[in-house]
Amino acid sequence: MGRRVLLSMLGLGAAGLVAAPQLQRGFEAFLGSAADKDPTGLTGLLPNGGGFRYYSVTASVPRKGPDTYRLTVGGLVDRPATYTLDALRDLPRTRIVRDVQCVTGWRVPHTPFEGVRLSDLLDAAGVRPEAKAVRFTCFDGAYSESLTLQQARRADVMVALKMQDKEIGHAHGGPVRLYVAPMYFYKSAKWLSGISVTSGVRPGYWEERGYDVDAWVGRSNGREDTPTV
Amino acid sequence: MTSTPGSAGPMAARTPPPSDPGGAAARVRRFGPAQRWVHRTTGALMLVCVASAACLYLPQLAELVGRRLLVVTVHEWSGLLLPVPVLVGLVSRAFRADLGRLNRFLPYDKEWLRAALRRDPRPASRPSGKFNAGQKLYAAWIAGAVLVMLGTGLLMWFTGLAPVMWRTSATFIHDWLALAIGVVLAGHIGMAYGDPEARRGMRTGSVDRAWAEREHRHWKGD
Repeated sequence: MGRRVLLSMLGLGAAGLVAAPQLQRGFEAFLGSAADKDPTGLTGLLPNGGGFRYYSVTASVPRKGPDTYRLTVGGLVDRPATYTLDALRDLPRTRIVRDVQCVTGWRVPHTPFEGVRLSDLLDAAGVRPEAKAVRFTCFDGAYSESLTLQQARRADVMVALKMQDKEIGHAHGGPVRLYVAPMYFYKSAKWLSGISVTSGVRPGYWEERGYDVDAWVGRSNGREDTPTV
Repeated sequence: MTSTPGSAGPMAARTPPPSDPGGAAARVRRFGPAQRWVHRTTGALMLVCVASAACLYLPQLAELVGRRLLVVTVHEWSGLLLPVPVLVGLVSRAFRADLGRLNRFLPYDKEWLRAALRRDPRPASRPSGKFNAGQKLYAAWIAGAVLVMLGTGLLMWFTGLAPVMWRTSATFIHDWLALAIGVVLAGHIGMAYGDPEARRGMRTGSVDRAWAEREHRHWKGD
């Protein structure tokens, strides 16, 4: 009898695997609508409860504000530059509204991002002809990302200053994070502090640990999510 | 419990002869070293596994702890090792005998379950052998659940092995079953918290005879 209970658990697990896509759609719809009316925010803690999740690869991340934050642009450029937060805020901005898709499965629909196009910063620095890629480093001291120059010049890739029409808070990678709309969210490095133009793509933090470098949503990492762009 | 000769403490002068009714050993052996070792190691691994899961999953804890790669590694390995103590325990005859008892549902177990459903707490209406029906169900359920978590966990871990869609499905099962395990585990710990003698049995290996006769009256024939 005990064995039967154990085996039924295994059977249920296997059946669950098969039925998961349908179940998940149902749960998402239900929890999504419940979360809208839930003042406690507890539904956000349930699986697929919606909303962002906090991931950091280091023990603690320093907080930076207008006085301490700096963004450097360097590498294979003619005019290396360092931007303060105010200097970034004075540049022309663009606003994009797309879904955010994490490679671990969660998705946040219609999330506005606002910031400076990466291509504007690259143009201001003057990219040298031999350059092929861009590498990003972060002031958490560990995280890094990279894009090919062609990807980096896309109109939907930006140095973001606002998310959901608010200044980006520390937990979401503020005051400045990268935003790469068409790719899984690990490409959108939080706490961005360095942009370096390089001669080739160097895999970033998670990419050295198995994630795809070209992280197009729905066409990489063995996933079939609906593309965000 | 009323004091009986022989249980008064280490200084009690004489142990009465075994024929002495109600006397003899006031404590009965419930678990040998094997069962206690399996329980303790499984419990420790489960604790590490649940704690690391919480640090991966709950935003407040994730924000506090960070170090995602380290926490992921701790979670993966504690989960992978979780079934090992039971497998190692299989070399012990006493442990195998207890597994046999847990696996065997007898007519009085049905009676115990009915009383539990009626929320009838009287020991008289809850007959049980060495393990009661609740403990038997819990053991079987948690064993199955751990194996399902292991399977879905491995699918998420070794992403290359899994066909495209499976990983999302595995994540879904892993998340929800984790929630269920959390609730059931809290029940298990809560139940132990409410019964010091049962805890003593697992900690020291022996229990009070009166407790055994009250709570597990069919133990002898089990």
